[in-house]
Amino acid sequence: MAADNTIKLHYDVPNDDFTRAGEASSDLKGKLKQMGISPDAIRKVSIALYEGEINMVIHANGGYIDAEISENGLKLVLCDTGPGINDIVQATQAGFSTALEQTRMLGFGAGMGLPNMLQNTDDMIIDSIVGVGTTITMFIKM
Amino acid sequence: MTVSDIQKLLNAKVLSCNEKLNMEVTNAFASDMMSDCLAFAKDANVLITGLCNPQVMRTAELLDIECIIFIKGKEPTDSMITLAQNNGICVLMSEYCMFETAGILFKTGEIGGATVGC
Repeated sequence: MAADNTIKLHYDVPNDDFTRAGEASSDLKGKLKQMGISPDAIRKVSIALYEGEINMVIHANGGYIDAEISENGLKLVLCDTGPGINDIVQATQAGFSTALEQTRMLGFGAGMGLPNMLQNTDDMIIDSIVGVGTTITMFIKM
Repeated sequence: MTVSDIQKLLNAKVLSCNEKLNMEVTNAFASDMMSDCLAFAKDANVLITGLCNPQVMRTAELLDIECIIFIKGKEPTDSMITLAQNNGICVLMSEYCMFETAGILFKTGEIGGATVGC
């Protein structure tokens, strides 16, 4: 596919609005379905992006998501200006979480977010600077 | 087993998508943690949960879960029901606790688990 056939989408993730978390994942899922992408790939995208959105809301006061769909697959860039991740290796271990009890009451914060994202992507890069923010780039083959 | 069978077994109230009561379901997952659903509910088309917030509807939608059973009489808000309705998710409300709800369904032998690796 030529570069001009690449589809680009942009989503803003609202600051601290838990009820709206997942709207970007839902919209992207609908678009991929319309494009005839395989259910397996859509499931991976849905899980990875939804966990990312939830993380942005509960840890980082929102941010934005850029999606780029090409013939090779889907590239997702999740960017926030939150507190950053102090120890990335530790943060990606299943069960490790810095979420507050309040977040756990909402059904998240079990330390499965980043592991679920890693599990459902073909490539994932985490760039984070404490006090500046976090950018996560994910790639999923389609 | 159909959603209608589940509704009768649990004496549950139907809160959305009445038109989908004849839908066949095969596998269920039970949890209050949505991250666990995302990680482990591989082939579930039924979600049993005591969590009652909009992210339950979102999780179900993103995992193609077609029936949610809220336990212990937990009643979703109108906006949550609208979200479910818009996504074709049949919502039931049961007075049973999670253990009893899962047990009643499992005992029929007609609905299985949905956990990755099990």
